[in-house]
Amino acid sequence: MALLQIAEPGQSAAPHKHRLAVGIDLGTTNSLVATVRNGIAVCLTDEQGRAIMPSIVHYRDGGGIELGFDAMSTRVSDPRNTIVSVKRFMGRGIKDVTHIEAMPYVFEETPGMVRLRTVQGSKSPVEISAELLRALRKRAEASLGGELTGVVVTVPAYFDDAQRQATRDAARLAGLHVLRLLNEPTAAAVAYGLDNASEGVYAVFDLGGGTFDLSILKLTRGVFEVLATNGDTALGGDDFDHRLYCWALDHARIDPPSAEDARRLLMAARAVKELLTVCEEAPFRLRLDSGEEVDLTVTRADFFEMTRALVQKTLAPVKRALRDAGLSPRDVKGVVMVGGATRMPHIQRAVAEYFGQEPLTNLDPDRVVALGAAMQANALAGNRREDDSWLLLDVIPLSLGLETMGGLSEKVIARNATLPVARAQEFTTFKDGQTAMSFHIVQGERELVADCRSLARFELRGIPPMAAGAARIRVTFQVDADGLLSVSALEASTGVEASIHVKPSYGLTDDEIAGMLRSSLEHASDDLTARALREKQVEAERLLEACAQALAADSELLDEAERTTIDALIARLRQLVTGHDANALSDAIAALSRATEDFATRRMNRSLSKALTGHNIDEL
Amino acid sequence: MSVDLSLDYFALFGLPCRFRLDEATLDHAWHTLQTEVHPDRHAHLPDGSDRRNAMAGALRVNEAYTALKKPLTRAQYLLELAGMGSDVINANVMAPEYLFEQLQWREAVEEARGTNDIDALEQLALRLQIQKGGVVEQLAVQLDDQRDLDAAADTVRRMMFLDKLRQDIDNVLAAFDG
Repeated sequence: MALLQIAEPGQSAAPHKHRLAVGIDLGTTNSLVATVRNGIAVCLTDEQGRAIMPSIVHYRDGGGIELGFDAMSTRVSDPRNTIVSVKRFMGRGIKDVTHIEAMPYVFEETPGMVRLRTVQGSKSPVEISAELLRALRKRAEASLGGELTGVVVTVPAYFDDAQRQATRDAARLAGLHVLRLLNEPTAAAVAYGLDNASEGVYAVFDLGGGTFDLSILKLTRGVFEVLATNGDTALGGDDFDHRLYCWALDHARIDPPSAEDARRLLMAARAVKELLTVCEEAPFRLRLDSGEEVDLTVTRADFFEMTRALVQKTLAPVKRALRDAGLSPRDVKGVVMVGGATRMPHIQRAVAEYFGQEPLTNLDPDRVVALGAAMQANALAGNRREDDSWLLLDVIPLSLGLETMGGLSEKVIARNATLPVARAQEFTTFKDGQTAMSFHIVQGERELVADCRSLARFELRGIPPMAAGAARIRVTFQVDADGLLSVSALEASTGVEASIHVKPSYGLTDDEIAGMLRSSLEHASDDLTARALREKQVEAERLLEACAQALAADSELLDEAERTTIDALIARLRQLVTGHDANALSDAIAALSRATEDFATRRMNRSLSKALTGHNIDEL
Repeated sequence: MSVDLSLDYFALFGLPCRFRLDEATLDHAWHTLQTEVHPDRHAHLPDGSDRRNAMAGALRVNEAYTALKKPLTRAQYLLELAGMGSDVINANVMAPEYLFEQLQWREAVEEARGTNDIDALEQLALRLQIQKGGVVEQLAVQLDDQRDLDAAADTVRRMMFLDKLRQDIDNVLAAFDG
């Protein structure tokens, strides 16, 4: 589609058409789905009125799955096939997973992302997450009474490219159209900021079940600008459970437990942790299958002592984010607490001490991320009202670089750059007659490539033989608003080009996704052709709508010949939109888009000058 | 006023082409333009040239903002507009007293790092900040008042060193955090 809907950007061209959009918080422990109803963000509940869905998937022997609350009981009886905290495996290799020894799963050593062997075969974390997303999609469609136009899925701000790709793939696999991947602390800030009409610098402290994020945001007149973000994607409430679990093994003098007993002990540990949030001491008591008895009492003091290092671990990202933002704790006006793990009193105390103020806990830390995501989904789907025009400016959490001689990482895009961002860097050949060049893209702050995450490798071939240092190879990194990277390389003198959508090392290829979609029973009945035609029809309708609007507003930007061409292409598209030929429709859409490209550019320039006029320079 | 994406960074934001700049004004102009071109504003439209156009706009606006926000990159950009690219700036020969100054800074940082003296590093970062303030003021005079580009290029090189040093100190401090 070629025409910017410039009159009211972000607004629906036809406001009466409310598009069904939801925000999904795909959490380590629990997942939620929310939407904006009558201007207010609400969580959607299941038949029993529960907003939370435990992020648990049970693969049943003989086929079929159970999810959420229904899968809770099999955590102990069938631990190998009952997957909890799958988020910890997203985009991760086996060596990246912490506390793997306490997990009951059968892991598979596969290149790239780890896989889990279940009674229903080998499952990738992407497939398991897709089950959770599919369940939330069903809940939303039942509740809203229609097919979803689009979703916003939240991810930890400190997720790297591989983890983001994996999340996006899971959503695609669940048949969802992802409008945006949104960082969890940013989502929380939106929900909090819009609710409280806040201005100034805020910190969002987001300690979830398995991930920790700290974002510093500046809120000014409806703009949410992330100044810096930091975190630890392997630190969360689960780790506090694990400390209690180790402590119990130690104090009750238990031999290494079976998978079933390990699960039992971990669940008991979590119950103890939650009880200690309200009580001074809690019993840690259970009988194991092995016949052994655990009968211990944990005091708050014991618990604080055994988890002191974990609490300290959250402060390092806080300090780094503040330093990156060039701020001190005094500059922060408020600290918003997000994630169930921030209910722990010693976390709240540590945060209060560091910032010199009591943290803000007036929004439900379990729901705030989903609510913010719903607000963003509503805006992105084009449902927002004119008076409701806020903007998110988010950043990339980790630097992106290329491997250079000696195994060093040359940073191309620095962390905390505002998205979207593109940067080009020139390289040259180092041997006479060199005709190919290979690139290794890495993400992370460390100097050595070996210490950074390897994202992808690709080759530029067909460089004409030249003397060493004569070729000019321009490598462009572009990171979109989802925080996802694409890279292209171009040899300037010949125009030889190579580009890559960064995913091979950790993500799934498009073929793999297509294969999974085909094999998924859920979609076997879906007629893919019909779906493709419907999608094209919707796209055509939107394009026609946008064209009509643009022509009504700015037709004087076109000369007569241009206008005639555009009118003819519009007529043709109108004719095809009610037909059944998806390919012809697709061609007509492309033709009209191309024909209106210049018009769109002219309209954008006009709109930009309009945006700045009316304010003179001093006033801006 | 006519604004389009091929304009220089200052004109893009409707700002006068000079070193002294009010950060709040720049921020506001940045927000105003991003409100038009940010991908979030066009997410409800199908893929196509208007989204690509908006994306190109958003990339350009962010690139311009990043260049103007920090005094060092802003000065470098002004010199580039005046025909002094980074290769020209880097070819300048530094005056001996600056080289001596750099040596002293380096030694102080190395010493503090060697003895794991966090307080000393934080003190150095603070002193560096103060010195940087003076250098920024000097750049304003050289670029805006005296229009002495050669002198400004020297100052830019000094500032590049100070920035790099600050980054090194921050990296050492960040390692201590963990």
